Amino acid sequence: MSSPKPKGAGVIVVGAGVTGLSSAWWLARSGVDVLVLDKGVVGREASSRNGGGASHYHSPLFHEEQRLWPQMDELLGYATEYRRERVIFAVTEHHLANYRRMAEICRGLGYRVDDLGPRQVRKKVPLAGDNVTGGIHLRAFGGEANPQRTVQAYAWALQDLGGRVLQHTPALALREAGGRITGVQTPEGLFECDHLVVAAGPQAEALLAPIGVKLPLAPARAEMIVTEPAPLMPFGGVDGHGLYGRQTRRGNLAYGGGPHEWLDEVGPLGPHRRPSTPVIQSLARRVAELLPKAANLRVIRSWAGVVETTPDGRPVLDRVSDSLTVATMSGVGFGLSPATGHAVRDLVIDGRCSFADLAKLKLERFADTPPDWRERQGWVPISHAQALAMA
Amino acid sequence: MSGFDRIALPGKLNEPERRVDILVIGGGPAGAAAARKAARSGASVLLVDENPLDPGLMGLDVPLWFGGRYTNEIQRPERLMEQVFAANPDLEAALDAGAEIALGVSCWGAWVPGWGLAALPGAIAGLADSERAWTVGFEALVVAAGARDVALAFGGWDQPGVMGARAFASLVSTYDAFAGRRIAILGSGELALQTARLAQSKGVEIAAVIEVGATALSDFGDIPAIAGAVPVAAGGGIGGVTSLEIAAGPDRRAIDCDTIVEAISLTPAIELLDVLGVDLAMQPTLGGYAPVSADGVSTSLSQVFVAGDAAGAPGGAPLAREDAALSGLLAARAALPSLGRGVHEPAAPQTAAGPDAVAYQAAWLAAFNEANAAGTIVCQCEAVSREALLAVRPPAYLGPPSRAQSGRDLARLLDDGPPNPDQIKRLTRAGMGPCQGRRCREQIALTLTAASNLPPQRAPLTSYRAPVRPLPLKVLAAWDETPAMSRGWDVWMGISGQWTPYDDIGTEREALSAGILGGEG
Repeated sequence: MSSPKPKGAGVIVVGAGVTGLSSAWWLARSGVDVLVLDKGVVGREASSRNGGGASHYHSPLFHEEQRLWPQMDELLGYATEYRRERVIFAVTEHHLANYRRMAEICRGLGYRVDDLGPRQVRKKVPLAGDNVTGGIHLRAFGGEANPQRTVQAYAWALQDLGGRVLQHTPALALREAGGRITGVQTPEGLFECDHLVVAAGPQAEALLAPIGVKLPLAPARAEMIVTEPAPLMPFGGVDGHGLYGRQTRRGNLAYGGGPHEWLDEVGPLGPHRRPSTPVIQSLARRVAELLPKAANLRVIRSWAGVVETTPDGRPVLDRVSDSLTVATMSGVGFGLSPATGHAVRDLVIDGRCSFADLAKLKLERFADTPPDWRERQGWVPISHAQALAMA
Repeated sequence: MSGFDRIALPGKLNEPERRVDILVIGGGPAGAAAARKAARSGASVLLVDENPLDPGLMGLDVPLWFGGRYTNEIQRPERLMEQVFAANPDLEAALDAGAEIALGVSCWGAWVPGWGLAALPGAIAGLADSERAWTVGFEALVVAAGARDVALAFGGWDQPGVMGARAFASLVSTYDAFAGRRIAILGSGELALQTARLAQSKGVEIAAVIEVGATALSDFGDIPAIAGAVPVAAGGGIGGVTSLEIAAGPDRRAIDCDTIVEAISLTPAIELLDVLGVDLAMQPTLGGYAPVSADGVSTSLSQVFVAGDAAGAPGGAPLAREDAALSGLLAARAALPSLGRGVHEPAAPQTAAGPDAVAYQAAWLAAFNEANAAGTIVCQCEAVSREALLAVRPPAYLGPPSRAQSGRDLARLLDDGPPNPDQIKRLTRAGMGPCQGRRCREQIALTLTAASNLPPQRAPLTSYRAPVRPLPLKVLAAWDETPAMSRGWDVWMGISGQWTPYDDIGTEREALSAGILGGEG
């Protein structure tokens, strides 16, 4: 007989996505008693299906992202399939100019990036074709990992440190007393805590609204396709031509990009459907254009999932009060997750991030966001016919 | 005043190449009867059937478990077109009634507008032949996609010559291209009986019928039926199977045969229905997961209907030809009122006759697992063994698992909650190969339920995704995508400023860095 587990924890994290799990793992590493609640299984949504890339030069967490990834397998005790290096290349002049500018930014941040001519790209990317205009090579940074394995690795590593994950336990409401958050209401009852981390993705806005915390979010669908395995290329981190993605260690080509569809608010249980759409045809076209020597490979599956986006597309990483920290990466969370967890751990335990300035990611920047911001930005579901009329 | 997001999906998808009143997927007796009835009522009808198949797909065991036992005749497209037509006289009747019929055309996805799908140009289906993919609009869709074999692993099943009963029927009847001469049949229920009769009618010799239960479930007459025996190994050589070794208690014997046909159970071909979002439920007497339907032909989506074995394979066996045709007729009759043609008269609920096919699948799997080595491969595409599945072992390319990883087996994973096939899939890679899980889905789900001490009828469903047929990139590709798609394509959400370097935010450099990754067009 096991003794009944306590109904609660020092810190409760809502959301077993990659951001919530990394945060919980970092907290557990510091000896915090931590419990993660999730509506489904770990990493069910976009956390386990995404491009797997780790090259977010725009983020204040970038240096920490690059510092941590090479250590993650050892720190977690489980394989993430992380590999350094990334080759980004173009088949149009327009994209090439973008990638060259990206290279300049990374150099400015102290990283080595080589400019590549078409011949050099073809040497590094055997599946590329005669249409290459040029590319860049991120040297010993900006790599990629397997999201499906990584998200489970976080959960297991957390459990190995005594942390707990309760699956199939959606957060329905937050409990407050004396100006503090004291617990989370679920179908399994109330779970009490001293501090709450909300990393609930698209569900975060509705969870926080009743306690007067305004976190404007718009859910949208993103899609990817996966092919049967191709011969392994020297680098898995290969993308460009308006696509993000990678060749997996198994050899599959997994790429996403292209139009999203704005969605109505998703309930606390998440979307009941996550359909892929004919967008996969345009994805297939671009993969065939990026890697013409792979054009005969078969597409064997697709993925579509719901991501949340803030009004400016930037994350919120903010300790809102003594009892509440809010974390959303605005749809770009996987690669940064080792660093995000570290930042959340710092915010919860120390009140400030030890390795980066996060002032521009505070929630207060949305204080004046009007209630109809989604309509104003055109971030609402509209029909095909409506769009044709408006275009 | 409302804004407009130029990067979002609405307005970017191609209009369907054409629109029809009724689109029928599958040209078997059910689909042909539906097409005939609908066309006779004056509706515009397009029926597509993926046969003759791309030989490359047949080699992947898609859509059926062909086990490599076909002759070179499958390489002759012109002959096959005629052969497919000749094999189903009902198609000719549908054609005469005015239905258009497209052979060699598969359906890889279908969608109707609904939650999260406002941007569709109406209800559409994705079709493909060997050259290209396109979409067709429909008012009503009749899915008559049939059923496929439930494959269960035993020693040596991953070599040429081990195949499913549905695939056997297809090669023998539709293709006239079966390469075997002497078969052993696994299973003794209605499916096995039909398989034996078909083999006899086509002059294929039957070495034996094998049943793991104590007695055979059907009367096979003169054919040797061996009950209380379990296959332990398919013996073979470079050309595949040459014998089947069976164990009955301590006794072992080998049966000479060049083909082993698993005729244990069919399961409805529901992949398109799942992509559409039709409500599905485990219905053991219909072969497994099948559409939820009050009348046997309607579904939870008002524009989508089912007919034939796709609606349910009673006891895991195919419907009789006349019953399948009746089902098609009823589906068309149910679909027509939505077009303003005909009055809807609710059909009498179909009685789901047939034994519990899922219990029978589970009994076979349990017998296989007891008699066969733990190292038996379950997922052929990714070479995942039953042992690896139960250990939740990472793929071999990752090298020896870490110490922590070694302790993370299925039993421990189940401590965290009910069995989830998607989790097992992503950790072991079982089911992630080019056959799209057709040869391993059911056995993985049944293995999970057994390991969790749940009844087999609680086996979970792994979701299906478009494309439900593996299609080459260049075939699936939208070479003719709309200018709006090309112009509005962005690597991510197209949010100006999402990729602004952090230090530039709030400075005069902010405007310079917009549009590096996002916001093009």
